[in-house]
Amino acid sequence: MSSVVTVEKRKVNDYKGDERPTWCPGCGDFGVLNAVFKALSDHNFDPKNVIIVSGIGCSSRLPFFTDAYGFHTVHGRAMPVAAGIRAVQPDMPVLAMGGDGDAFAIGVGHLIHAIRRNLNICYVVMDNAVYGLTKGQTSPTAERGLATKATPQGASDPAVNPLLLALATGCTFVARGFSSKPKELADLIARGIAHEGFAFIDTYSPCPTFNTVNTFKYYRDATDDLPADFDPTDFNAALQYAASEDPLYLGLYYQAEQPTFEDHIRNNKPEVTNSAMTVVEDLFDQMS
Amino acid sequence: MTRNDLVIRVAGEAGEGIVSTGQLLTQAALRGGFHVLTYSQPPSEIKGGHAFYQIRLSADRSYSKGDSVDILLAFNQEAYDRNAAETKDDGLLVYDPSEVTPSADSHFVQVEFPLNDIAKNQLKFPIAKNVVAVGALAELFDLPTKHLDSLIEERWLRKGEAVVQKNLDALRAGIDYVIEHVPQRDRFALYPEKSHAGEIVVSGSEAIGLGAIAAGCSFMAGYPITPASDIKEFLEIHLPKTGGHALQAEDELAAIGMVLGASYAGSKAMTATSGPGFSLMIEMLGLAAMAELPCVIVDAQRAGPSTGMPTRHEQGDLYQAAFAGHGECPRIVLAPTSVRDCFYQTVNAFNLAEKYQTPVVLLGDTLLNVRSESVPRPILNEVKVVDRLLFSENGNGVGNEVGRMNGEYNRYVLTENGVSPMSIPGQEGGQYIATGLEHNEEGLHRYDEATHTIMTQKRFRKLERAAHEAPEGDRFGDPEAEIGILTWGSTVGSVIEVIRQAEQEGLKLDMLAPRMLMPLPDHEIRPFVESKRVIIIPEVNYVGQFANMITSQYPRDYVRINIFGGMPFRVDWLLEKIREEVAQYV
Repeated sequence: MSSVVTVEKRKVNDYKGDERPTWCPGCGDFGVLNAVFKALSDHNFDPKNVIIVSGIGCSSRLPFFTDAYGFHTVHGRAMPVAAGIRAVQPDMPVLAMGGDGDAFAIGVGHLIHAIRRNLNICYVVMDNAVYGLTKGQTSPTAERGLATKATPQGASDPAVNPLLLALATGCTFVARGFSSKPKELADLIARGIAHEGFAFIDTYSPCPTFNTVNTFKYYRDATDDLPADFDPTDFNAALQYAASEDPLYLGLYYQAEQPTFEDHIRNNKPEVTNSAMTVVEDLFDQMS
Repeated sequence: MTRNDLVIRVAGEAGEGIVSTGQLLTQAALRGGFHVLTYSQPPSEIKGGHAFYQIRLSADRSYSKGDSVDILLAFNQEAYDRNAAETKDDGLLVYDPSEVTPSADSHFVQVEFPLNDIAKNQLKFPIAKNVVAVGALAELFDLPTKHLDSLIEERWLRKGEAVVQKNLDALRAGIDYVIEHVPQRDRFALYPEKSHAGEIVVSGSEAIGLGAIAAGCSFMAGYPITPASDIKEFLEIHLPKTGGHALQAEDELAAIGMVLGASYAGSKAMTATSGPGFSLMIEMLGLAAMAELPCVIVDAQRAGPSTGMPTRHEQGDLYQAAFAGHGECPRIVLAPTSVRDCFYQTVNAFNLAEKYQTPVVLLGDTLLNVRSESVPRPILNEVKVVDRLLFSENGNGVGNEVGRMNGEYNRYVLTENGVSPMSIPGQEGGQYIATGLEHNEEGLHRYDEATHTIMTQKRFRKLERAAHEAPEGDRFGDPEAEIGILTWGSTVGSVIEVIRQAEQEGLKLDMLAPRMLMPLPDHEIRPFVESKRVIIIPEVNYVGQFANMITSQYPRDYVRINIFGGMPFRVDWLLEKIREEVAQYV
């Protein structure tokens, strides 16, 4: 993605919107929001040239708290909306933000195809294994048996492994972040934005209100950084580390270069385009 | 046999060249000066199966497919067996004796034509059977062959001179056979009285695609579905020529999502689907209405519910188009009344969508979308294109005046007509969040009573304004007639022919077909319903969806005529029905 070159370096505060976040105190999403600000300022984007697309859920409120252009869509549909934006504004960086219900339940059908298209966006999933806005049902990333206030009998199905899902679908940038490591997360997001293609960052973002198991402490204990010598071009290694349940690794698992959605659109256009009316007149000629 | 209004049906196995035979004859007839209107029935099966392509040739403009067949070209026995009943008793049967044995008591004028033998043995070019047939039919009807020669050159030139020559030979073989073997050919000759040369042959789906390009559409996303896929395929080929793009999404949810993304990002955008796909789009129809994003959704209706009869005709989606949605979801619904009108109403759909920042549903159907027709070539410099009102960051322009509140841009600022200037990502100072949540003028989500009240009013105010700008309804008949016919969409074609025939019998009828069905244009409908003694509402659905909408808004007695078998109205049947109904009131 292109970055806008300006003399003055923008600061984190330049990306903050007028609205204050509505999240519960202690929510992991605060850390993600700060990481987004940091990543945008690393790129020094002008806020007017950034579009943040989201779905529905606590985390999907994020665009409201920024000064970028935003599209708060409907549940599970952030991916197609982002594709439509990129199809007509291929030079404008697009960040997609949302939760695990959005990405892996109602929207998983779209996620797979956005990945297949290699849509050039950065998608940060704030993963807390529960639905917060609807008061705490378990989501597809909840471990089987996880009991919550609204799912007292416990999650009935095994959890989706988002990284394996993305890798198996051909994702060209697969990473895992953690909201309580904002510097590393900001770095992943900045690299995801710079990546030419679909950057997928599954991010642990604990819900202090409805998930009493997968807390900040839980993830601090359960996670470890990928080894320093880890090679993110090695697909098999990525699969192997993504499958690990103990520890859960943080960092960039995989990155590859593939033609993007935007490349396809660009290549599909003739070198010389015509005005709409000229094209229509020509077609009329052929039909007479 | 009427010499200046003939229905020709080419029938056989799908994939046998039925469609290409039909298309070549259609274009040749157009260049010969006839009006042409086609009707086809593809098989629902994947491969093979019975199919036909029907062409109505007439000197005057025709409006319906024609009730029965004058000339049947049967490629095989099944084609004969299935179509003989619809062929007039004194009709002409053209058939290959190696494939078809007509029944012994057939009244048809019969012309044997050894298509297979000529193509296989004489020409050694079996796949040219259909071109041989075109040559034979053209000679029978005395269509000028020069048109066919040039059509064959245009069609096969890309494959090289040799292929063109082989097809020209096939054409010639068909012509020669008829000259040698069919005596008294002037029995069949056709004489156009008015020239329709210079018109274009276009299908409803193509007309929609052309209208979209002319209106400035630069993005289209769709998902394959009968009978709307043609629109996507047309735009995939032609939209890039203007710098635009059309693509296939993973489903209809994604298609409309992409359209809204593109619209938000500043493009005129559309999708095209049929009833089942439109059902999937309803969720984001609500988002489009709430976030006030212009978009055009084509619903090419087919017989339902559910998968129903994908290749059959029905006007069953009017309720869905007009009312589907959660909460109170304003939208505009337009219904073109002919193939040519598909072009103009698509332009209007974009214009209204952009002007009022609202979804517009364009209701096509199997009959309109699939058939090709010769239509007067639209005059493009008379086509008015409307763009959305934009926020202007530099202080010039209308958008700036109304878009700013206390020095800040407000995306949903309240205005007299409900339209607020939009900003496009990248515009300085134009940042806002498009959202499906209720929101204040700034675009920030708010759930208070006052906000929901004034914003609901704002969204519906736009519709009230749009009703005054409805494209003029389709009128036909005698404006003084006491008997009115109120109808919509493609049923207009049958109704126009009914009115013409009724007039010859001294029965005066007057038709109004509003082109905007939601909101209903009161200034058109009220005077009509208040001035007619009897009003008949024919439509192709069971419950009378349009009749119910009209009755609830304009209560009085209406005569409903409904069919729902998957076919359009036959003109003779509808006229008879109207005669019966009228008799009760006289």
